[in-house]
Amino acid sequence: MATVTPPPAARDERDVILAPPPPVRRILVDSEPTVVQAPLGNGYATQAGVGLTAPLRRAEPSSAPKVERMRIEGVSIAYGEKLAVDEVSLPVRQGEVLALIGPSGCGKTTLLRSLNRLVEITPTAIRSGTIRLDGDDIDQMEVTALRRRVSMVFQQPNPFPMSVFDNVAYALREQGSGRPGKDALMSQVGDALVRAGLWDEVGATLDHPALRLSGGQQQRLCIARALAARPEVLLLDEPCSALDPRSTQVIEELILKLREEVAVVIVTHNMQQALRIADHVGFMYLGELVEYGLADQVFGAPREQRTREYVGGAFG
Amino acid sequence: MTKPIDSVSSWPLRDRAAFYAAWAAGIALIAIAGAIVVYMAFRGAQYFDFGLLFESPSASLNQATSGGFKDPIVGTALLLIMSTAIAAPLGVVIAVWLTEYGRPAGLARAVESAVEVVAGTPSIVLAMFGLILFQEWFGFLTFDAEGAVLGRSFIAAASMMSLIALPLVVGATREALNSIPGHVREASYALGKTKAATIRRVLLPAARPGIGTGTALGMGRVAGDTAIVVVLLGSTLQILNGANGSVFGLFRGTGSTLTSYVYYNSPAGEGLAPEKAYFAAFVLLLVVILLNFVVTRIARGKEELWPR
Repeated sequence: MATVTPPPAARDERDVILAPPPPVRRILVDSEPTVVQAPLGNGYATQAGVGLTAPLRRAEPSSAPKVERMRIEGVSIAYGEKLAVDEVSLPVRQGEVLALIGPSGCGKTTLLRSLNRLVEITPTAIRSGTIRLDGDDIDQMEVTALRRRVSMVFQQPNPFPMSVFDNVAYALREQGSGRPGKDALMSQVGDALVRAGLWDEVGATLDHPALRLSGGQQQRLCIARALAARPEVLLLDEPCSALDPRSTQVIEELILKLREEVAVVIVTHNMQQALRIADHVGFMYLGELVEYGLADQVFGAPREQRTREYVGGAFG
Repeated sequence: MTKPIDSVSSWPLRDRAAFYAAWAAGIALIAIAGAIVVYMAFRGAQYFDFGLLFESPSASLNQATSGGFKDPIVGTALLLIMSTAIAAPLGVVIAVWLTEYGRPAGLARAVESAVEVVAGTPSIVLAMFGLILFQEWFGFLTFDAEGAVLGRSFIAAASMMSLIALPLVVGATREALNSIPGHVREASYALGKTKAATIRRVLLPAARPGIGTGTALGMGRVAGDTAIVVVLLGSTLQILNGANGSVFGLFRGTGSTLTSYVYYNSPAGEGLAPEKAYFAAFVLLLVVILLNFVVTRIARGKEELWPR
């Protein structure tokens, strides 16, 4: 019979409401009912042998050297009067996955979109603070050049209405005259498809329309498209939220492989996902970066009360 | 035995009456559409003469020698091509500007209203406007009969005809562009592409079915219009070259279309050859049905490409 540790004593009234769920009775066929601690919601069992959670598939840290690619310094973003991101500072490193978590509307997507200056297309958005890419201020760069180096994949798979090949070659083709032909781009396109783990499925049918692919394949095609110009940073805005569990798993494995050669920042609603693939986690709440640290620390031993409540499933 | 709760016989009398009235209206419409096609096909078959399609018409009181309607067919085709060549690019450009730029907002609203005004103007009013335009200012683009500027030519008719097709192209293109989710545009910007490149490489290809639908609808309207043809193309049944047989002369020349030919030969016109009018009307009907068929074929490719 398992021994049950009682939940930590509530310190004040707020804690009573937001405390971890109370113990539950576990009833098994042909055995005495036992009282066990309820699962913590994030699948992160704090006590060994306790809880009904499935065993965790936690990614091993990458052996690749960590290289700082981007640095966010005191960045605030407002939409008109409304402050969406408040004085956030963060490093973005190659060789690891940085996950931004937090409830809806906490500013994590806005922060992500500021890294390739995509917030600028929202007319009311104002940004302060500095973002550096390899030491250079991104505001001083040509925006099209920046976006080739800091690439992005969106929530909904959105291949363009053209062939698989043309989708991947899209970023490689310069505007105007002198568009390189198929043969000239073949090696780069093939390389991007291999890196996105899609070559085996579409290598023989590169001229087929991209919108005929399945949802998971479309999303990997979007990743290939983003990788084609060999970016240094890959931004992923909830890339799996429109996908089934199997496709999600394929993409998560892909992300773990990609972190070796490109800095990966992923925004996710899904805490289990952050736990599975992230090396560092930033928890945002109401525009603030509440806590930043190694994934094990943020999920296992959060320093801040709000983080503890969020990863414990008390809100969000 | 259980009766379905929602069976019509259980409805109140008022609802039942409305229900049957709706059925009757639908069936009446089918009957009318069927009657038009069957009757015109019957008359067309009755006066069917393959040779008429390849014979030029001539004005003659003797029906046996008044020729066929090769020129009206050529005229219809020419007018369709010319007015589409004006309306389609112009309409697409207007729609792209309205949907993707639309700034300053006041100007965009003014353009929208202008498109609506053009769409609401009766074609005979467009024809009279065109007559003034081409008599007073653009006479060099029209047929001149020994120095007298009549303001009539294929160019005059096609440019006014293009105004009929233009609002349809603008409307269908805007609808197609609006149905492309914002994240598709952002995906292109996020790959380091400019707005212009995004429009050219992503948005216009995605909107192509919509553009095609609008253009084909506009062509159907152009093929069926009579007022502009009678006023601006002239009443010559044969195509008259405006300047020594050159292509520009053809554009400056006058002629006829299937609609004006039907009108001319109908009991209301001067030709008084109803059998030819019926056959020509049947050919015109086929042309328009063919265009509608093309519309449905294009529209079939219009399924949602991306989730929102």
